[in-house]
Amino acid sequence: MRAVITVIGKDMVGILAKVSGTCAEANANVIEVTQSVLQEFFAMVMLIDMEKMTCGLSELQERLTENVGEMRIHVMHENIFNSMHRI
Amino acid sequence: MLNMSDIMETITMIQDENLDIRTITMGISLLDCCDGDISRSCEKVYAKIYSRAKDLVKAGEGIERKYGIPIINKRISVTPIAMLAGASGGDPMMYARALERVASDVGVNFIGGFSALVHKGFSPGDRELLGSIPEALAETERVCASVNVGTTKSGINMDAVAIMGRAVKEAARLTASRQCIGAAKLVVFCNAPEDNPFMAGAFHGPGEPDCVINVGVSGPGVVRAALGKAGKDKDLTEVAEIIKKTAFKITRMGQMVGSEASAMLGAPFGIVDISLAPTPAIGDSVAHILEEIGLERCGGHGTTAALALLNDAVKKGGVMASSSVGGLSGAFIPVSEDAGMIAAAQSGALCVEKLEAMTAVCSVGLDMVVVPGDTHEDVIAAIIADEAAIGMINGKTTAVRLIPAIGKKVGDMLEFGGLLGSGPVMGLNTSSPSVMVGRGGRIPAPIQSLKN
Repeated sequence: MRAVITVIGKDMVGILAKVSGTCAEANANVIEVTQSVLQEFFAMVMLIDMEKMTCGLSELQERLTENVGEMRIHVMHENIFNSMHRI
Repeated sequence: MLNMSDIMETITMIQDENLDIRTITMGISLLDCCDGDISRSCEKVYAKIYSRAKDLVKAGEGIERKYGIPIINKRISVTPIAMLAGASGGDPMMYARALERVASDVGVNFIGGFSALVHKGFSPGDRELLGSIPEALAETERVCASVNVGTTKSGINMDAVAIMGRAVKEAARLTASRQCIGAAKLVVFCNAPEDNPFMAGAFHGPGEPDCVINVGVSGPGVVRAALGKAGKDKDLTEVAEIIKKTAFKITRMGQMVGSEASAMLGAPFGIVDISLAPTPAIGDSVAHILEEIGLERCGGHGTTAALALLNDAVKKGGVMASSSVGGLSGAFIPVSEDAGMIAAAQSGALCVEKLEAMTAVCSVGLDMVVVPGDTHEDVIAAIIADEAAIGMINGKTTAVRLIPAIGKKVGDMLEFGGLLGSGPVMGLNTSSPSVMVGRGGRIPAPIQSLKN
């Protein structure tokens, strides 16, 4: 059971730290991170294992939105991407 | 690992291009609720729907949170009530009230199935139900009615067509103080599908299982954006390819949500309806897709050809993406629910005659078309007959959902608000069809060979 966290917005110090910190608090294991900064525009995709997570996906999204602030954050179950983009 | 650009594509579709699941509709058979006593029958109807659908809204919201995909409507369709009315006798209004009460208690915004299938004639209960439709739609908020007046195999029941002409007018008249909303909840079909999840025409056909989950997807905005990104220099073969690929992705999402909902609710998964269903939101318009293909204005010459291409490509892409496609499946062209259609109708580029031609190549028919309030009921019946004839001859579903705007004239606007949008009153050819409509009888089923 894995989920995808995406974070998009203006680059600043500590985004990755805050996101991974929030994941750690929820006991979500980070499996993979891809991130890039293009012209001050920050984009990150993080794959997490939610097997032992202590909260639901919507609560994790709320916590992330609260902790990181001013970024567009989505937390979605990976199945939606698998079903849309893989035959 | 998932590809980053795929992930961003999905998120852009949902966030910026209005991709959503339009409806999860639970179909429930009420055949085992029949009782000789109408009060007991109504009690059984309430109890069965409540027990089956009490978790429907909760399950839908759970899926929304898990996948981050909006599910706009959770709805219920039931066995055509005329069948129950036939068994129990009594006033069909009692069923309408029971349906309204249970819909409100389980928290769905519409319940479909105040319906009758009368394409070949009337059986007991059918006439009573047809007669009670205007009152039922006026008295209830959530109940939707539909009537099947024709099929390719049995022809068109013109007696029923005449009755429905009057019912449409009466439904609008009884709700004149509420934007004539009654008529917006009434659909007259030819070749009605039994597994359609979309309101107002949803009902649970007698050939369906006891309880089933059907899903309707949406996504005109996604298709338009994909065509916009491709640019104007692609030829139409490539345009069709782009639409197919986009429809595939949209439908896969519907398939996943349907399977998930069916597992959560313990009901088998029925079908994905792969219709492109527009909303009045900016950028969520089927008319704008046609304009993106290359028309100055939807409704001009070329519209029928562009719509034919769109409709066919959506089906081809969607069919491969789902284990079971059904319902209406195609492009919807409801005037009041589509920003591009509204603009085209207001500018005079789109007229009812062109809409009628468009219905020959897309799913459904004259949908959410606002007509002058003083339109004669026989003219409405004749419009229904014309649409039914297109469906009957071409072996496809057609439907009519006209709203006579009581007290308004051509060019005025009728504002429904929400997903139903707003529609300009469109002009009609008012020469009288009364003698033909008054003849009644049946238009015989068409020959199935010598196709020209």
